[in-house]
Amino acid sequence: MGKKMEENLDRMMDAYREGKVSRRDFMKYLGIAGAAAGIVGGPFGMARKAFGAKSITFHSWGGSTSEALRKYAFDPFTKETGIEVIDAAFTGMDTFLAQVKASYPPGGEFNLAHLSAVYDYARYKNLGFNSVLDESKIPNLQNVLPKMIETLRAITNGKLSAVPYDYGQTGIAYNTKYISKEKAEKLGASLLWDKELKGKLGSWGGDFRTNMWYAALHTEQSPNNITNLNAVWNALREQREMVKKYWASGSELMSLLANDEVYATVAWSGRVANLQAEGHPIGYLAPNNTYSWMEYMYVLKGTDMSVAQKLLNFMLEPEPAIAVAEAQKYPPSLDPRKIDMPKSIQKLPAFDPTGTLDGYLFADPEYWNSHQLEWTEKWDRIKAGA
Amino acid sequence: MLAPSLSAVFFLLVIPVCFVVVYSFWLRSPYGGDIPAFQFGNYAKFFDDFFYPSLLIRTIRVALETVALCLVMGYIPAYFFYRTESRFKPFLMILIMLPFWISFIIRTLSWINILGDSGLINHVLMKIGLIDSPFQMLYNEAAVLMGLLQYLLPFMILNIYVSLDGIDKSLTEAAKSLGCTEWQAFKEVTLPLSLPGVSAGCLLVFVLTCGTYLPPMILGGPGNDMIANLIFKRIVGTLDWPFGSALSTILLGLLGVIVYTYNRYLGINQIFKSLQ
Repeated sequence: MGKKMEENLDRMMDAYREGKVSRRDFMKYLGIAGAAAGIVGGPFGMARKAFGAKSITFHSWGGSTSEALRKYAFDPFTKETGIEVIDAAFTGMDTFLAQVKASYPPGGEFNLAHLSAVYDYARYKNLGFNSVLDESKIPNLQNVLPKMIETLRAITNGKLSAVPYDYGQTGIAYNTKYISKEKAEKLGASLLWDKELKGKLGSWGGDFRTNMWYAALHTEQSPNNITNLNAVWNALREQREMVKKYWASGSELMSLLANDEVYATVAWSGRVANLQAEGHPIGYLAPNNTYSWMEYMYVLKGTDMSVAQKLLNFMLEPEPAIAVAEAQKYPPSLDPRKIDMPKSIQKLPAFDPTGTLDGYLFADPEYWNSHQLEWTEKWDRIKAGA
Repeated sequence: MLAPSLSAVFFLLVIPVCFVVVYSFWLRSPYGGDIPAFQFGNYAKFFDDFFYPSLLIRTIRVALETVALCLVMGYIPAYFFYRTESRFKPFLMILIMLPFWISFIIRTLSWINILGDSGLINHVLMKIGLIDSPFQMLYNEAAVLMGLLQYLLPFMILNIYVSLDGIDKSLTEAAKSLGCTEWQAFKEVTLPLSLPGVSAGCLLVFVLTCGTYLPPMILGGPGNDMIANLIFKRIVGTLDWPFGSALSTILLGLLGVIVYTYNRYLGINQIFKSLQ
């Protein structure tokens, strides 16, 4: 709220108290001032200002992930600093980015977020929502896997806007009642094109990258440098005829696999670990050049950086990082060469005991983001049967 | 008296719609930002490529099928409520409203447990030996129609019931006393007088179907997306707000023409009567 508006409001308040202005006129003025402030992005800004440095917002996946962070990072942080962490759940990466873009000023209503994928890190940067962290204020960053940090640094000119927090893969889940391990390993990515599985295959409908990635592997191409696009589109058209359901969320993926609706599908490694923990006969296949990705705690532009950095350091302590990893079934970003990992982490799909992440192929953000619109539209067409 | 309502309509409906229309002339930057402009490229893209109109045509077809199903399945209970003298009538009316007390997403997802390969129906059919392997009922257009029917049927029933309830029952008795059979009295008296409610229900179901995206997303298979699914993907998935806005404006224009035509010939106040 502008200083002038504050002065006007004070003056009007005094006039009302002195009986120079009627209650109706005072309320009318308040309404007009409120609307004016709203039009220039005021209500939320005012609320933020009211909270000031007493709080910081954190958006994440909710559920057990947030519970673990609340217990091991947020509550101790509040106890030590007196700053409250207001955590909220988002429904997905795309939805959250749309919310950030829709807020005014863009990104200004949000502070920290638990985001996925390197290409999204690049998208936030390209849209101007990025901040610059002072790494000297986050000593626990020393324990993070170097490859993860370097991947992010490469996008933001050697600086960081986020700290890596966990990593995972989009591999292939298959039902071991109907598909043997030998067959799955023999076919690799081509398992998703096995004609015997017609009507029992699934895939992630909402992401062109995942589908193109596996089509590239199936057609023996490098996913980050597809030279024969037609082969990829043809493979996806062929696969569409065999797909029973393009799923839209992790819970739907789990439901399809758990209820034998599909026997094989691309799947997030953490979701597969959850199904295995529940006793379902689901195997996990990570063919050569499996789609790997990382999650990170992103600090959005406009955030109080000193508070954010202090909180990030708390979150990178081994206790909360391992608790979150156990909750969401994705290995933490901490280097196993420096931090002892419990058995529960070591047996997670996608866990790298070497700490080097050699052989983990991440999506090249420049390559994929520059084709996003064109390839999304093409993928939508293929999915629709056009 | 009208000022608060008109202000609410202006700020919450007219201004947002204007924003959507303005956005439809803008451009998307390579990374999903918006570039202010005044050009018709987004509309040209829609009409130049039959893929987009085909989705709109599919949406209209599914909406018409939903209207037909709701009409057939909604008239009978509405007529029953009109005729019955049962003391349980208020309770039965509440049953019609009962689904609204449960989240739409939950109601839609629940079909998976009923129609799925290991759902209730397949489980029973296999248990009693009628089939050997699951009969596929999910992830096709029929499942989408089922989800839409469940969502929209109460709107149709209520509209028809309100119209029927306004018919003086003595008119039917008079027709019968003049020699009409029960069926003739219904066909010549009750049915024509209930048509305003029928048409209001049809309009409401049609408009709501055109704008929904959850049933196709959850219950549909490859190729069952409707125009609202595409708008969602463009707005949220690719941050292509200009093209998403153009799609929304085209849908809005189409529905506007339909509502205008309806209002011109039948009067839109019938819908509001049922909603009251």
